[in-house]
Amino acid sequence: MAASSLASRAVASLSPSISTGASRDDAGSSSVVGFHKRSSAFTGRRVRISSGHGSSAAHGRRSCVVAATAAPVKESPPKIADIELVTREEGLELYEDMILGRCFEDMCAQMYYRSKMFGFVHLYNGQEAVSTGFVKALKKDDYICSTYRDHVHALSKGVPARQVMSELFGKATGCCRGQGGSMHMFSKEHRLLGGFAFIGEGIPVATGAAFNTKYSREVLKDLSVDAVTLAFFGDGTCNNGQFFECLNMAALWKLPIVYVVENNLWAIGMDHFRATSVPEIWKKGEAFGMPGVHVDGMDVLKVREVAKEAIARARRGDGPTLVECETYRYRGHSLADPDELRKPEQKNKYAVRDPIAAFKKYLLENGLASEADLKAIEKKIDEIVEDAVEFADASPLPPRSQLLENVFADPRGFGIGPDGKYRCEDPAFTAGTAEV
Amino acid sequence: RAYVFGEDVKFGGVFRCTSGLADAFGTHRVFNTPLCEQGLVGFGIGLAAMGNRAIAEIQFADYIFPAFDQATAKFRYRSGNAFNCGGLTVRSPYGAVGHGGHYHSQSPEAFFCHVPGLKVVIPRNPSQAKGLLLASIRDPNPVIFFEPKWLYRLSVDEVPEGDYMLPLSNAEVIREGTDITLVAWGAQLAVMQQACAEAEKEGISCELIDLRTLIPWDKELVEASVNKTGKLIVSHEAPVTGGFGAEIAATIAERCFLRLEAPIARVCGLDTPFPLVFEPFYMPTANKVSTA
Repeated sequence: MAASSLASRAVASLSPSISTGASRDDAGSSSVVGFHKRSSAFTGRRVRISSGHGSSAAHGRRSCVVAATAAPVKESPPKIADIELVTREEGLELYEDMILGRCFEDMCAQMYYRSKMFGFVHLYNGQEAVSTGFVKALKKDDYICSTYRDHVHALSKGVPARQVMSELFGKATGCCRGQGGSMHMFSKEHRLLGGFAFIGEGIPVATGAAFNTKYSREVLKDLSVDAVTLAFFGDGTCNNGQFFECLNMAALWKLPIVYVVENNLWAIGMDHFRATSVPEIWKKGEAFGMPGVHVDGMDVLKVREVAKEAIARARRGDGPTLVECETYRYRGHSLADPDELRKPEQKNKYAVRDPIAAFKKYLLENGLASEADLKAIEKKIDEIVEDAVEFADASPLPPRSQLLENVFADPRGFGIGPDGKYRCEDPAFTAGTAEV
Repeated sequence: RAYVFGEDVKFGGVFRCTSGLADAFGTHRVFNTPLCEQGLVGFGIGLAAMGNRAIAEIQFADYIFPAFDQATAKFRYRSGNAFNCGGLTVRSPYGAVGHGGHYHSQSPEAFFCHVPGLKVVIPRNPSQAKGLLLASIRDPNPVIFFEPKWLYRLSVDEVPEGDYMLPLSNAEVIREGTDITLVAWGAQLAVMQQACAEAEKEGISCELIDLRTLIPWDKELVEASVNKTGKLIVSHEAPVTGGFGAEIAATIAERCFLRLEAPIARVCGLDTPFPLVFEPFYMPTANKVSTA
């Protein structure tokens, strides 16, 4: 069948990089995939790295053989292939992006507890590899759609930390002029189609954006438009109607979109395995005729390999891909969440798989960077984040008149007031008096 | 055969409304659903149609929109009374909370008031909540029970033990007065109380009515009050245009036209999506009410 051969082709090209580390079985089999680095002119060394993470402890999960729809990847160690996974420059860029994400989120927590930031704030700690791995494989013109856990997606896409921090503080210099807050980050310049508080809300929006690309190319014959769209969402969302509806449409119309599931196993307090009849989300791709891929979301290089392939597939016009990233959030669902339900064993299991620590180790062991390089990056990021906070602090709050802006395209859409003038021109309309 | 279900209700829910219920009644009766509001409410209708009492919780009223079609359940009507979903009660926290922003602060009561066959109930404090909720659950019609989330932390009350129900479709006069009638519900009443106190200082005696059930609402009581005072203000958090205040204003204008001494005023939220930073400006505060 056409769909599955497409899928198996996609799988075949993906297979060397997909980890067999989808070892959610409780047989304790260890997941080992060698990622091999060509001996580089840099170091003259040939290094074999295991980026598996040891056995996953038995926790009663169903076994889940890796990757996509066709034949499972064999578990024997692959031959040493000459794949250059990442150059020094790329490596440093990835590292910097992940550190930015982590540092920024930690600062958010601090600012929240100092009441500089308010509302519902959802932090991304632990999931940085997914954002960095995917977003850094995009071009500037590509679009992303996120959820309420969107600060780091915004940062990875290029929205300046200052603007994101200001938005969180509710200031007029924020990326949405303070109107959106933590959960609704938008940026036209950086092609960020939002932050959505409502789960699943962004998926159809992303699907529409992808359609625009296809339409522009095929109907309007404008080949300069080749934007791919990424939709990020969580495991809980995969039980929502909107998700299924969009998978169907995207596969039907072969839209240039990649659906990225950040499966951190919890939807606030609902464990994924108790909420989902078939917990292997990647399998759901096949039901709709698109390849479903599972990847270890704590390893930025693996994520990046899958991302590059999926994005290339979309850009070629071969249609959508569903990528499930197994990841974890180190903090609670939001800053108001006491996080009582997750067991310490589970948290510890993922704590040792910290994507930043793992990547740092990789860079150092492969001679792609020195301690000093990484320290310099960390320092630079610290300064950027501090600067962002200062900027946000110093920025003004939005003026009251902004309240009426952007409800209608034309603020005169509020109609005529009792005095015969346009309501939006009456200062009393927003000043707090009763006449409406 | 009563069930409580919704997102995260098992551990107590994000507002701790359902804490202890799973322990008391078992997880076969108090359970979590996956994240699917539309499925959830429809599922509740199915349960209710089979004669059970389904108490669905929608985590924030803002999330009720996917379920809107299901919620406008016309089961009894369209099945000619073969089936009904009277056993369904949908509970949902609604309203502003100080920092919720667009999607955690909405007041969708007006949308549901437009659905014939549905009842909408809003309590103003814990003791009312208990009585009204029990009445809602036992009422043979589907009820949407909005709980003002602002009051979850703020409202302190003596709640009588034991089972008691408060009648639905009965408003309550919570403060007697002679000069002007004020009508509100939910958290807005606290604001109105403040406004009343301020007005008192200026010699204006306010009669404050808690509507309690929005549809079908107690027209007689409000009418009687307006006949006494001759003036009316309605106040609610939702945007003014098309808000439930409009229905009250229209009905009272019809019934009390000759008695009214001044146009009916509505002090409500502004006609914008619920703003994040601008919440203090958006909300109908005591000042706005006093000025009216």
